[in-house]
Amino acid sequence: MKSDLRAPRFSGRFVHVWRRNALVWRKMMWPSLLANLGDPLIYLIGLGYGLGMLVPDVGGIPYITFLAGGSIAFSTMNSATFEAFYSAFSRMHVQKTWDAILYAPLDLDDIIAGEAVFAATKATVAGAAILLVATLLGVVHSPLAAAILLVLPLVGLCFAALGLVITAVARSYDFFSYYFTLVVTPMAMMSGVFFPLDQLPAAVRAVAACLPLSHAVAITRGLVTGNVPDGWGWSIVVLLVYTVAGFYAAVVLLRRRLAN
Amino acid sequence: MSAAGPVLALRGVRKAFGDRVVVRDVTFDIEPGQCFGLLGPNGAGKTTTLRLALGLSAPDSGAIRVLGHAIPADARAARHRIGVVPQFDNLDPDFTVAENLLVFGRYFGLTDRVIRERTPDLLAFAGLEGREAAPIASLSGGMKRRLTLARALVNDPDLIVLDEPTTGLDPQARHLIWERLRNLRSAGKTIILTTHFMEEAERLCSHLGVMDAGQFVAMGTPRELIRQTIEPHVIEVHGEGAIEWARAEGARFVSRLEVSGETAFCYVPSPEPIVAALAARPGLAYLHRPANLEDVFIKLTGRELRD
Repeated sequence: MKSDLRAPRFSGRFVHVWRRNALVWRKMMWPSLLANLGDPLIYLIGLGYGLGMLVPDVGGIPYITFLAGGSIAFSTMNSATFEAFYSAFSRMHVQKTWDAILYAPLDLDDIIAGEAVFAATKATVAGAAILLVATLLGVVHSPLAAAILLVLPLVGLCFAALGLVITAVARSYDFFSYYFTLVVTPMAMMSGVFFPLDQLPAAVRAVAACLPLSHAVAITRGLVTGNVPDGWGWSIVVLLVYTVAGFYAAVVLLRRRLAN
Repeated sequence: MSAAGPVLALRGVRKAFGDRVVVRDVTFDIEPGQCFGLLGPNGAGKTTTLRLALGLSAPDSGAIRVLGHAIPADARAARHRIGVVPQFDNLDPDFTVAENLLVFGRYFGLTDRVIRERTPDLLAFAGLEGREAAPIASLSGGMKRRLTLARALVNDPDLIVLDEPTTGLDPQARHLIWERLRNLRSAGKTIILTTHFMEEAERLCSHLGVMDAGQFVAMGTPRELIRQTIEPHVIEVHGEGAIEWARAEGARFVSRLEVSGETAFCYVPSPEPIVAALAARPGLAYLHRPANLEDVFIKLTGRELRD
């Protein structure tokens, strides 16, 4: 089926898929925002101050600031992943929402774009919520941190695209547990979210250098501490490559899946 | 081409899933204003034919044009003017009745104002007045079906595609859907529907195509199909010894005899001789009726069960 491999073609109507999801989100906005703000507040305070008493500065940065920098990227990834997994899978497989959308003048490519952009939007809100909490806690010292808001949409889009690849091959909700156990959790450990990578073996660091999350963390942590990190341009390129490759793979796999 | 030519034209369309050929070299046209009924047993290829026409599935070979657009290349443009009622309801459970119409209308690029203006008429058409704020889960099966029909009309389509629109509905709900589809025909819409109900096909459709194993085995108006395919009268004989009687004696009057279970279906050009013979056999019960589409369907596609 060669035609599955053709490049995606979008119409501007993908926006209406985004609007559909946004309308659902608006109905559950308050509990959703509460979770976005409450969870990071609790663990930044808990881990940041609790562990921070044991851990002195990390490379001259207070642990809570170090943790906040990593958590912004980590939560953005998690939010995008959850949306691309459970919510998109529900709409595609359980509720058959995508089938109905395809009766309108939209193609599957449009739906996937709308889903990815929506997941990135939700993820940006989740990441921004942590930035807000961290700022209110007084652990962010540089106005440069505001630049994080420009990076979060790309981080969200990247993990939304990667998540949709898994959704394309998922048979049930249980399938996503594999990805969390085999990919998300190890990646979080290897990307410097909770502790610095310096003391890890060289081989692990070499793998980490290829992971999208470690590049996202490098940018957000740098900006939280008031530095434009070295190699930020390269990190952006890595995230872009993962985004484009993931999105294309998701489109091809979903075309195969929905052609039954 | 859309003004003068057929609304839908398939030419030598073929589709296989793996080794299984589901649609084999199908060719047919639907002219503006027709209500075309696609009949056939389960697995005949009806739903796949509709999906091909909508551009939701790409044919392996052949050409498809719908409303002047090449399918699937230009399917988005064609679907702008099509309304679809699927076999299984896929209303959006995250929304109310009115929100379903709003969100679906937006997919067509309609403004919220236009959709809100159309909503009261659509709900009246569907018999759902006053249910604007009802969640989908609170609707009965018939209401969901009617809302799905209303949703398919939100873009004021020229062509309406319905896949088994009344399967699973009670008679009241079914009659209401029929009534609405007649209204749509009177309004000049072109309709294509699949159905298992011959009564539905006979009442609604101006043209029929009977599919079996991925191809058409007959096509024409309901009257033509009955006249060309089958004898005008059917005598159904049952009771103790009915089959034996039909084979031994009834056969003399019958142009075609079919046996199913305990019943003998005697297809005859004129009913009087066989009815007179049956009068001499009080132990046998019989029913005399005019031949209908169901007889045509059974003759063309056989009596065996399909899955």
